[in-house]
Amino acid sequence: MARVYLALVYGFLYLPMAVLVAYSFNPSKYATRWEGWTLDWYRNLALDEGLKQAALHSLAIAGLAASLGTVVGTLGAVGLYRYRFRGRALAQGLLLVGMMSPDIVVGVSLLVLFIALRVELGFWTLLLAHTGFCLPFVVVTVLSRLQGFDRGLIEAAQDLGAGEAAALARVVVPLCLPAIAAGWLLSFTLSLDDVVVSFFVTGPEFEVLPLRIYSMVRLGVKPEVNALASLLFALSLLLVSLSQWLLHRGPR
Amino acid sequence: MRTQPPAFAYFLPLWLTLFTLLPLLMVAAVSLMRRDESGLIAPVFTLANYARLLDPLYLRVFGHSLALAALATVLCLLVGYPFAYLLSRVRAGWRPALLTLVIVPFWTNSLARVYAMRGLLAAKGPVNALLLALGWIDEPVRLLYTGPAVAIGLVYVLLPFMVLPLYSSFEKLDHRLIEAARDLGAGRFATFWRVIVPLTAPGIAAGSLLVFLPALGMFYVTDVLGGARGLLVGNFLKDQFLDARDWPFGAAASVLVIALLFVCLALYGRVRGGVGHG
Repeated sequence: MARVYLALVYGFLYLPMAVLVAYSFNPSKYATRWEGWTLDWYRNLALDEGLKQAALHSLAIAGLAASLGTVVGTLGAVGLYRYRFRGRALAQGLLLVGMMSPDIVVGVSLLVLFIALRVELGFWTLLLAHTGFCLPFVVVTVLSRLQGFDRGLIEAAQDLGAGEAAALARVVVPLCLPAIAAGWLLSFTLSLDDVVVSFFVTGPEFEVLPLRIYSMVRLGVKPEVNALASLLFALSLLLVSLSQWLLHRGPR
Repeated sequence: MRTQPPAFAYFLPLWLTLFTLLPLLMVAAVSLMRRDESGLIAPVFTLANYARLLDPLYLRVFGHSLALAALATVLCLLVGYPFAYLLSRVRAGWRPALLTLVIVPFWTNSLARVYAMRGLLAAKGPVNALLLALGWIDEPVRLLYTGPAVAIGLVYVLLPFMVLPLYSSFEKLDHRLIEAARDLGAGRFATFWRVIVPLTAPGIAAGSLLVFLPALGMFYVTDVLGGARGLLVGNFLKDQFLDARDWPFGAAASVLVIALLFVCLALYGRVRGGVGHG
C-alpha cells in the first residue's frame, strides 16, 4: 500500500516531464503520434540567436545575483548569529516577509520603487530584484548551519589569539562553506526559475530565458519548447545532485 | 568582550529596508493616490481605489483567486501529508535518493513544468489517448482551459513546497509519543488527531503558506492552462500594472494581498509559538 502510494505521487511529479522529454525527440510537429526519433528541435534551439541571447542574459543574471546574494546573505547570517545590534529584529521580520511574499507582490512593489527612483528597467533592475529574492534563502541556509555547530570553536580560536576578523575568516566561513555553496546554488536556480518578478522589472532591451519561454508558449505550441524544457530539467537534475552532495558531506 | 558590532552587520537590515520594506510602503502610498489624465500618478489623497475594489466584478476575481489557492492548498495537503509521512518511514538507505526526487521538481523551472502538464492534458495528449483506449470516452474531452486544469497545474507546481516542510516535521516526530498514546489507550484516529497532527502542525502551517501565497499570483499557470482571463489576483495585477496602466488601482489590490500575507504570517507565528519550537 505504502509503496503504491509513493509510486503514484512520484508518477504524478515525473510523468508530465517524462512525456515532455519524449516529445522533444518526436519529429511530429503536432505531437499526436510517435514517428521515430529526431534531434531537429534541439538543432533549432542551437540556431535560434534570440534564444541564445536570452539564455546568456539569464545565466549572467543568475550567476551575479546568486553571488551578490551569497555575499550579502552570508555576512547577514554571521551578523545575526554573532551580534546584537539595532535593526536586528527588523531584519529578522523583513527576512520572513521577503521569503513569504508572493512573487507578484515582490514584482509589483519593486516596479513601483524603480519607476519612482527613475531607474531604467533592464539589467540592473533584474539584478537587484533577483539578488533580493535570493537573499533570505541564503541567510536561512547559512544561519541554520551556524546554529548547528559548536560555539566553542570560535572561542577556542579567540583564546588562541585570533582577532574577530581572523576568527570569522579562518573558522566561521570555512565551517559554513557547504551551506554557502548550497545557498549559492539555490539562488542560481531560483533566479533561472523566476517568471513573475522578472516580468515586472525587465525592460524591452533585456530578455531573460523564462520570459522568452513564456512568450514562446503563449504564441502557440512549438516543439522547440519541449527541447528547451528538457534541457532545463536536465540542468536542475545536475544542480540538485551537486547541492545534495555539498550539504551532506562532512560534519553538519 | 565585543561591544560594537562591525559595519557589515548593518548591511542586511539596510538592504532589506531598501528593497523589501520601502517598496511595500510605496505601494501602499500609491494605492492612496489618483491616476491623472496622462496615465501617471497624481499625488492627491483618495480612497477611491479601495471603493472601486468593492465592485462585485473585482470581488469575484478576489473570491475566485482565494478559492482556487485554498483548493490547491487543501489538495496539496491531502496528497502531501500521507506522502511525507510514508517518506519519513522509508528505510534510511533509500531516503536520500527519494528525497532528492522530491527536490528536483522543486528546482526545475516551474514554467517548464506547467508547460509539461499542458502537453499531458492537451486534446491529443496522453491523458485523452488513455481514456479513449480504455473506452471511457468516445472522443477527446476538453481538459485544457478549464478550472480543474488550473487547479491541477497549481498542485503540480506547488506540491514539493508542501511536502518538504511536512517531511522535516515528520522527521523530527518522536515515535515514542505515538507509542505512549497507544499504550494509554488512544485508538488510531485519536492518536492521529490528538498526537500526530498537533506535533506536525508547524510543517502543516509552513507548507500551507508556501502553497497558498504563491498560488494567488502565478499568472502564468492560468495563461498556459486556464485561458480564462482574470482568474487569479496575479492576472488581475499584471493587467492593471502592465496593460491598463492603472497603478493606483493595481496598488490598492496589491495592498489587499500584502494584508493577506501579514494575516497569514501572524497565524503562522501563532502555530509555531503554540507548539513550542518545532
